Amino acid sequence: MTAEAGVTELTLESTLESVEVAEEVAHRVCVLAGFDEEEQHKIEMAVHESVINAVTHGNRHDANKKVYLRFEIGNGRLEIRIRDQGGGFDLGRVPDPLAAENLLKVSGRGIFLIRTFMDEFEVKNVQGSGTEVTMVKRIDSKMKDTQGGTRP
Amino acid sequence: MSMKATTRQVDSVTIFDISGRITLGEGCSQLRDLIRAHLAKGDKKLLLNLADVTYIDSSGIGELVSAFTAVSNQGGQLKLLSLTKKVHDLLQITKLLTVFDVHDDEVKAIASFEKAAGA
Repeated sequence: MTAEAGVTELTLESTLESVEVAEEVAHRVCVLAGFDEEEQHKIEMAVHESVINAVTHGNRHDANKKVYLRFEIGNGRLEIRIRDQGGGFDLGRVPDPLAAENLLKVSGRGIFLIRTFMDEFEVKNVQGSGTEVTMVKRIDSKMKDTQGGTRP
Repeated sequence: MSMKATTRQVDSVTIFDISGRITLGEGCSQLRDLIRAHLAKGDKKLLLNLADVTYIDSSGIGELVSAFTAVSNQGGQLKLLSLTKKVHDLLQITKLLTVFDVHDDEVKAIASFEKAAGA
């Protein structure tokens, strides 16, 4: 794991154990940024779901492939990038889990939860080098003042 | 902490006191095995007490849906008891509160099975 001012980067193996590591790092970054407990949970869950997607759907548990994470606090926001080395996916083809016909489906809620919990969500398929997810959560200035988080 | 579950019987209702994390991997498979084992024994009134569940992810939610469907397909009922705020909020935003019968009071939850059976 590397860290510079406001930036934390790490590279993880394509295993489910990596999901817990990513969550733990997300938790520390959220505390540093001054998010309250409820927002921390939402951000940690968005990271959890994204890393699961990267490990299972992107890298397909391939031991030769890695998951890269980058957290950056600055300009009143937390930006999280998660990149895998898989074949990519089409966001437009992810079914709506709230549609009546999908309500009782066992899977397909991860992306929906990420979108619900974060302020911005973008997926970029990088030719030959996997999928990069970028998620942003704005940092409420009141939280920073009361909890001693980062200041611009 | 991974998922833990203890089981108790009150009248004809099987209550599962679940604690810890219901997430992709061990937590989900434990819950699946537990429900399937009780269905195989013929238990058809199942109440999942989620009061001590600290974390549930999209796979865990999917596992609850899978359990609900499996029990319903066997002519049984699966209900939820004592959701934490986090789990309640997740079921609300995924519209699954419209699917599950959710209770805050164990006695009333047990009585609701009897009413349904007598209806």
